[in-house]
Amino acid sequence: MLDHFGYVVTVLLMVAGLFIVIARGNLIKKLIGLSIFQTSVYLLYIVPGKLIGGTAPILSPQFSVYSNPLPHVLILTAIVVGVATLALGLALAVRIREAYDSIEEDEILMRDQIANSNEGMNA
Amino acid sequence: MQAQAGAGRRGRDDIEALIIDILLVLMAFTVLILVRIRHLFTVVVLSGIYSFLMATVLVALDAVDVAMTEAAVGAGVSTVLLLGALHLCKSEEARPAHKPWIPLAVSVSTAALLIYGAMGLPDFADPDAPIHHHVVPRYMQNETDVPNVVTAVLASFRGYDTLGETTVVFTAGAGVIALLRRRRKAVEKADGK
Repeated sequence: MLDHFGYVVTVLLMVAGLFIVIARGNLIKKLIGLSIFQTSVYLLYIVPGKLIGGTAPILSPQFSVYSNPLPHVLILTAIVVGVATLALGLALAVRIREAYDSIEEDEILMRDQIANSNEGMNA
Repeated sequence: MQAQAGAGRRGRDDIEALIIDILLVLMAFTVLILVRIRHLFTVVVLSGIYSFLMATVLVALDAVDVAMTEAAVGAGVSTVLLLGALHLCKSEEARPAHKPWIPLAVSVSTAALLIYGAMGLPDFADPDAPIHHHVVPRYMQNETDVPNVVTAVLASFRGYDTLGETTVVFTAGAGVIALLRRRRKAVEKADGK
């Protein structure tokens, strides 16, 4: 169990993000949950690449043990893409707030329902 | 003498693992508080703290390049974006109408499954784990004459990944501009009236 502590915490963070995305109605809170989910994946990749007693993968004659550089490269890409998606999501939230005057999922759905039933009456 | 050096080394390694574990526990605490709090400004500040903790953990895990990016982009740019969005929206989350039992059940069962699966992964810091073989020994041979292996892999061995990343960032940027331009026009229209 102690050997896998890093993975257990990773799973905890991932599930906390998942819980926020499912259970919270506020769109900004949902996006924060999504980014927590994303960051937990960084740990899932980086933790297995670590070697105890190793050093950062910058080659130097004084060191012989290096941690694995490949996950670092993949996650470097993931971080930048994560921020890009967060920015797009926040822009969408701002647009929704203008159209519905709310970023709470329940209120948005209620307004949609009212609008639909009004349309039905007019037809 | 040699035994003493070996013991000192083992002690240092234990401390290294302990530091990582403590930082991970701090992150878990931050997220648990973040789930419960409803005031969105506090949530944004907590997510900044979370990002900085993540950057510290990444330094402890020898991923210095990733840590730098996480501190600059994750803790810096994300927090600024979130604060900007909060400025344009309301900053208090509504109370949910009912207790979130179903999401809780889904999350807990997912966690149980994932932890069960994670137990099958190689031990932490096992040098014989499959991740340390395959292509990685070749990356370590310094074929490109760049001492920072992460830079060498990013720009040379896996350069197309970075090209794809640039495409994604460009698309997201174009999307944000398209969404927020409509907004500016709408605001101008309202002012014109």
